[in-house]
Amino acid sequence: MKMTLRHVFVLLVCAFAVFPILFVVSAAINPMGTLASTDLLPAGASLHNFANLLTSDTYPFGRWFFNSVFIALASSFASLLLSMFAAYAFSRMRFAGRRVGMMALLLIQMFPQFLAIVTIFMIFTEVTELYPAFGFNTVWGLLLLYLGGALGVNTWLMKGFLDTVPKELDEAATVDGATHAQIFWRVIMPLVTPILAVTALLAFIGTMSEFLMANVFLRDPESKTLAVGMFGMIAGDHRNANFGMFAAGTLITAVPTVGVFLWLQKYIVSGLTAGAVKG
Amino acid sequence: MALDVRQAAPAHARQRPRREITTAFVVSRIAVLAVAAAILLYAAPPLAATGSWVALGLLCAVSAGIAYLYLTRRFIPAKYLIPGTVFLVAFQVFPVVYTLTTAFTNFGDGHRGDKAAAITAIETGSVRQAPGSPEYTLSAALRGDELVFLLVDPATKRVSLGAADGLTPLAGAQVGVTGKVLSAPGLTVLKAPEAAARGPEITALAVPTADGVIKANGLSRAVEGKAGLRYDAACDCVRGDGGTWTADESQGYFVNAKGEHLAQGWQVNVGLDNFARVLTNPTISGYFAGVLGWNLVFALASVLGCFALGMGVALALHHPRMRGTKVYRIVLILPYAMPAFAMLLVWRDLFNRDFGLINQLLGAEIDWLGQTGTARLGVILVNIWLGFPYMFLVTTGALQAIPRELTEAASIDGATPFKAFRRVTLPLLLVALTPLLISAFAFNFNNYNAIALTTDGGPFPADSPQVGGTDLLITYTFRLAFGAGGAQFGFAAAISVFIFAIVAVISAVAFRRTRKQEEVYA
Repeated sequence: MKMTLRHVFVLLVCAFAVFPILFVVSAAINPMGTLASTDLLPAGASLHNFANLLTSDTYPFGRWFFNSVFIALASSFASLLLSMFAAYAFSRMRFAGRRVGMMALLLIQMFPQFLAIVTIFMIFTEVTELYPAFGFNTVWGLLLLYLGGALGVNTWLMKGFLDTVPKELDEAATVDGATHAQIFWRVIMPLVTPILAVTALLAFIGTMSEFLMANVFLRDPESKTLAVGMFGMIAGDHRNANFGMFAAGTLITAVPTVGVFLWLQKYIVSGLTAGAVKG
Repeated sequence: MALDVRQAAPAHARQRPRREITTAFVVSRIAVLAVAAAILLYAAPPLAATGSWVALGLLCAVSAGIAYLYLTRRFIPAKYLIPGTVFLVAFQVFPVVYTLTTAFTNFGDGHRGDKAAAITAIETGSVRQAPGSPEYTLSAALRGDELVFLLVDPATKRVSLGAADGLTPLAGAQVGVTGKVLSAPGLTVLKAPEAAARGPEITALAVPTADGVIKANGLSRAVEGKAGLRYDAACDCVRGDGGTWTADESQGYFVNAKGEHLAQGWQVNVGLDNFARVLTNPTISGYFAGVLGWNLVFALASVLGCFALGMGVALALHHPRMRGTKVYRIVLILPYAMPAFAMLLVWRDLFNRDFGLINQLLGAEIDWLGQTGTARLGVILVNIWLGFPYMFLVTTGALQAIPRELTEAASIDGATPFKAFRRVTLPLLLVALTPLLISAFAFNFNNYNAIALTTDGGPFPADSPQVGGTDLLITYTFRLAFGAGGAQFGFAAAISVFIFAIVAVISAVAFRRTRKQEEVYA
């Protein structure tokens, strides 16, 4: 009986979660491909919108898809490493400015980042002139920019997890003559694979749907990410006409994220297990 | 075993024998030096070429600092913190600090550059074709690498050579039937496609003359223009068109006797003017309390709603005999996997009165986003939909870290399941998740997208169209800063400082409270 109640509740929440997505699915397979003709249950089913999207001359969707996945993978991997380094120092070492540093990480997130975009635009105008390889319309420049956000809430999450890994392990390794670097790579890293998986997923999702910075940064159609490209697809008066293609694109965007989730799921359950304890 | 370790550790620390130099040690040092050198070699030449000596000095200092940091055995925490911090400082701290400094200036549309740029813009902007001046036939040519104009006066057929340093007569040029120059000694005359490729350069070239400039008008015509307005350094003013505008350094404008100013100004420090404007602006102060109230409700309802719903399903799934958890989990994270901006736009359509799905399903004709009450409910609902999977993910993990023995002990002591949750599980969860909840609160307090992409602040009451029913502080103040008066970055930055202060104070208070809690429970 109690189990049934649980299932009913979870099913209700699932319905809430899925209902707008059903609308998107319906729009994506709607053969008319317009917003006005879309219902919850589609009038017919066709892969017309998907075919249009993938063969479109105006919208290099495949290229955008590749850009997005590449940037999201590379930036989540790199920021994971940077964040893990910092979390190790914050959790295991005692130094002047430790608490201040951690608070500063939380505080900097509270500034409306939206405004700083003007400055970022000015910085990268200079960078584009000096180093075109890292300037506007390049994935490398955007990657650098995203690494600026590597230290943040995720560092707190990892630090909390590290606090739960017994200190005796490091001490034993120190006694055996291990350096701090050896402890980090040989003792700590193998133990924290789970939380790495969690933060990797969070970082991956964050980068996939990041729009504000990428929109300023990527102007050239070939260099756009999915978020930027698809926003352009329904901007202005294309809204109604392109809605089917847009919906199809939204669904395809979710595929890599769900894929990463499936891949990391087995770590995530046990990873968050110890992970969030003792923020 | 553990005892041994504790005894041995201090003794080891006292003697601290110098560790032998291992291969890994040498290799890692070489790698660090190589990376530092590579960055220096890549980044230095362009800086040297453009003469940015300050930047070059900074680059060398940073590279040297990093090389030293990883070669020495000291400063171990810094070794781990520096990699992330370098990026943090360059792409988050610096932009934020720079933005804050603009709060003390009038930076914005009409005040973007310095005074010299403003003068150039005013003078070139006032250039009109001089009356009675000839319309030259233009041919573009190269003198070495430099782009020059070959100008043929249609009346006298005389050819002159125009370059950035002035106009000189040219002898020996061969002029074709169209009036264009075909060849000239010592110069390479560009053919039409070559000239088209250099279009921007041709447009940019201005050939100074006695009382004006000659500029290209298309690719084959050039006219002499006279600046209607001229800057006079002696009086620090702009003259022309029958008026005099004197520079006013406090406003960053050229102002005439009647108090009118020229459109183009320059960036000046205005001290605390922007902050004073925020406090005294009747549109801001008049609505401030109401907007702040709704803003707090929005942020709190979003965070608590997401947390409650996410925790609810996490609790429901957190049972050893629960079936199908894997499938449920995948369905539940779907909202998080969809691109947020796209789903915000989709939700807006779902709420539409005429063709929105929600009205169709309910058989109603409610203008959801057109009335303050329902619009507020709507945006909170949308925000919860977007955010609850995150809370679900993190609580799922935190829950499994709480030992089952604790809740079992509580139930043996006679606690009801609700009491056990209230007194044991929830406090432990909160200790773990507070930093995430606080940062979620800060994010939602300034959640520009959630409002801008759904209601855009609306619905707007007919009697006070400045501020809408769902406007957050950030959406409505930014509409003021970037609205009718053009983009006023300085003003917007001052607003951001106030918003930042509000969020930081609320977060700090919440943080202190939970720190105390942690001491009790952890």
